Amino acid sequence: MSTSNIDIARQRLLVPAGIDENDLDRLFGQLLGHAVDSGDLYFQSTRYESWVLEDGIVKEGTHSIEQGAGVRAISGDKTGFAYSDEIMMPALLQASEAARAIAKRGTESSLQAWHRGDANILYPALDPLERMSADAKVRLLRDVDAEARCQDPRVSEVVVSLAGVHEVMMVAVSDGTLSADVRPLIRINVSVIVEQDGRREQGSAGGGGRTEYAFFLEQERALGYAREAVRQALVNLEAVDAPAGSMPVVLGPGWPGVLLHEAIGHGLEGDFNRKGTSAFAGRVGEQVASPLCTVVDDGTMQGRRGSLNVDDEGIKTQSTVLIENGILKGYMQDRLNAGLMGVAPTGNGRRESYAHLPMPRMTNTYMLAGEHNPDEIIQSVDKGLYAVNFGGGQVDITSGKFVFTASEAYLIEKGKVTRPVKGATLIGNGPDVLKQVSMVGNDLELDSGVGTCGKEGQSVPVGVGQPTLLIDELTVGGTSA
Amino acid sequence: MPDIQNAANEPEFPQQSQLEEMVHDIIAQAQQLGADGVEAGVSIDTGLSVTVRLGEPETLEYNRDRGLGLTVYFDHRKGSASTADFEPASIRATVQAACDIARYTSVDPCAGLADEARMATVIPDLDLYHPWQLGVDQAIELARDCEATARAVDARIVNSEGGTLSSYAGMRVSANSHGFLGGYRTSRHTLSCSVVGRQGDEMQRDHWYATARDYHDLETPIEVGRMAGERTVRRLGTRRLNTRQAPVIFAADVARGLFGSFISAVKGSSLYRKSSFLVDHLGKQVFPDFMHIHEQPLLKKALGSAPYDSEGVATLARDLVLDGVLQGYVLDSYSACRLGMETTANAGGVRNLIVDPGDKDLPGLLRAMDTGLLVTEVIGFGVNILTGDYSRGVAGFWVENGEIRYPVDEITVAGNLRDMFMGIAEIGNDMDLRGNVRSGSVLIEQMTVAGA
Repeated sequence: MSTSNIDIARQRLLVPAGIDENDLDRLFGQLLGHAVDSGDLYFQSTRYESWVLEDGIVKEGTHSIEQGAGVRAISGDKTGFAYSDEIMMPALLQASEAARAIAKRGTESSLQAWHRGDANILYPALDPLERMSADAKVRLLRDVDAEARCQDPRVSEVVVSLAGVHEVMMVAVSDGTLSADVRPLIRINVSVIVEQDGRREQGSAGGGGRTEYAFFLEQERALGYAREAVRQALVNLEAVDAPAGSMPVVLGPGWPGVLLHEAIGHGLEGDFNRKGTSAFAGRVGEQVASPLCTVVDDGTMQGRRGSLNVDDEGIKTQSTVLIENGILKGYMQDRLNAGLMGVAPTGNGRRESYAHLPMPRMTNTYMLAGEHNPDEIIQSVDKGLYAVNFGGGQVDITSGKFVFTASEAYLIEKGKVTRPVKGATLIGNGPDVLKQVSMVGNDLELDSGVGTCGKEGQSVPVGVGQPTLLIDELTVGGTSA
Repeated sequence: MPDIQNAANEPEFPQQSQLEEMVHDIIAQAQQLGADGVEAGVSIDTGLSVTVRLGEPETLEYNRDRGLGLTVYFDHRKGSASTADFEPASIRATVQAACDIARYTSVDPCAGLADEARMATVIPDLDLYHPWQLGVDQAIELARDCEATARAVDARIVNSEGGTLSSYAGMRVSANSHGFLGGYRTSRHTLSCSVVGRQGDEMQRDHWYATARDYHDLETPIEVGRMAGERTVRRLGTRRLNTRQAPVIFAADVARGLFGSFISAVKGSSLYRKSSFLVDHLGKQVFPDFMHIHEQPLLKKALGSAPYDSEGVATLARDLVLDGVLQGYVLDSYSACRLGMETTANAGGVRNLIVDPGDKDLPGLLRAMDTGLLVTEVIGFGVNILTGDYSRGVAGFWVENGEIRYPVDEITVAGNLRDMFMGIAEIGNDMDLRGNVRSGSVLIEQMTVAGA
């Protein structure tokens, strides 16, 4: 498969411009001057579409094509970068000349003989846009809308959006690695508003992955998202003010794993640790979580939104243990930061597009299952919060402070889940929060495939997951005393 | 060093007439395919960004982006497409893609171009283009001065995320089948710095930045660096607060977010979907009666200025809030039609939203608050525009007797935007001019602070 991905990528990206391996040699000849240690050329073509249904009719559709090549030169810890939206030799030579301007010192380097990089096979090399007719896409949107509306007469608004991406990438690295990937990505989101006695509330749900749209028809997945969005909205109609203050918090399985992404994930990215700006810098081998916690970043999960066959630097993705039984084991790395820290890259070098520099990013980040039945966990709490759905989160990697915002949560009173409460932001300190984990459920779930992570202005698709967790103390930012 | 350095950031734009030909050609192609309404736009952006970390250049990035996009209407059915490839065959394929989509979307009586009578016919020069012939060495020097100043502020500043200088210039041309044609150039230059302080086991970082259309209007590297250093050092020694009710001041740079939420709540798409807590609030009191909020899209040199909106409608200065009463919504032609109203020339958003200042500077506001929380950073996304519920992580300072006592973090502030807006006691005169929303610091009478 990886062989054929290289052939597909060559046909799509290089052949139309008449670029062959001799031309790549010439570009590297330009790039790897007297003082450049290494470099890479990243070719990419991305086709994107989206469809939006609102008021029961399909209102909007968009289609876009982007392609281009990014050229990077590395000299020690310095990076020069330029890109072109024309994949043509004159433009690429110009970009190479610009990128190498960063180099002032560095070792003499030369291009190694080309070899094909190793890759996983985690998803089919298909084009989701072509694999379903426009009629069928429109029908899917309408079916989801109808399913949401027939759930409850209080449903007043439904917006459904469907999006697909077909991305073909090829990366040529100065160590001779030539890698390519063909990456399908699909997503559907349902957002509903319900109204009762003048009060309006919303709910939303969705899913996706690296596959084709037919995935949404299997097991009535898309209809399930519609039912889930309505269920959440109806729960919120009953919600009372959220509590304010520190208290035990039980997090449900799946998407609440955004906790891991914010509280520790970003802080374990190699760039922040190489520079010493992360609250986790220099702490490998230390206890950073309770012994119940084992957390991995796994780019090799079949068909998952955060998965990649190879990362954007041509490194085969892997499953990396970040925390094992509470002990910090290592960081997520790209080539640059791994090299500077003297460790191996972990297949976490990702970039939003050819027009962006790669950096260490998460793939699918989750905590392994523990031993407790989720019911037992809830029963153990006298007074606290049970949070099962979240919006986004954010972290200050230097102070370690992170937040994530609940969109569906309940009070726990005397070991029982009672009233739903309004959304509230939860705040904690990354290096402390997992030390507060006192019970881990046996119900590990991954999210449904809608996560997007932003870092330094670049967005990439990611996955998160976890079993039910009890955190003994976390600050809940409600308004109720 | 290579000789490209000094020519590095000289924007090389084509003649505007070339882009005008392109958009006219796109419109003609779509019309040939049967579209009864077409709008098209082309943009070219170039830039240079340099980061210096710990005194050494770390990254040097050259940006050059192109894009063209169109929206077509076939009897009130809409389709859109875009590409970065300007080859004639790719443009034809993109026009075809937009038209193909419109065969599958449904008839929506409100879908279409904005009213022909509202098109901008004269394009005023808003003085938005001041390119900087910036060499790489000069950019490195400015970023280095900025970072060095920040690091020298205090011995507790032990690390850095670097100083960054970036300079961008762009050109865009838009047209539609009503005969509207507009185009202009813009520039934007930004100097920023972020450093890390350490005290015991605690690490904190903070940053500062300056941004302007004209580099002559930027604060100096020394000024930006000193602010970044001072802001970082003053955060060391944080404590947590117990959960309590307290008055809260949002410092000017974070107060802008509150008015961003206000705009989200009065924009057309939130209103016709009834997904805003300000549905049906036109003519009603939403802020205290001393408040005046207006939009000034035609300000010379300002970061949010634009002579026409993204539908070609001429922009105009107007009041959004007068004496605390909501005077108008933020509408494009589609949402206006859905609401039975007229577009407010806000396709693409508001442009230079200005919250009129009061007469106190920040120390004056602190004295007015006496005891409470000064918020200097907010994190997270805990704002629900449908219900107005607000809950966000914050960092800042605890204030007693009108003076800053100590830094605080790992706390949240929560309330409902409806109450927060009505609970604004004063607006400071310390206007932050660095963005599309301009406001001074905002004192809110009471919010819930959650902590230990």
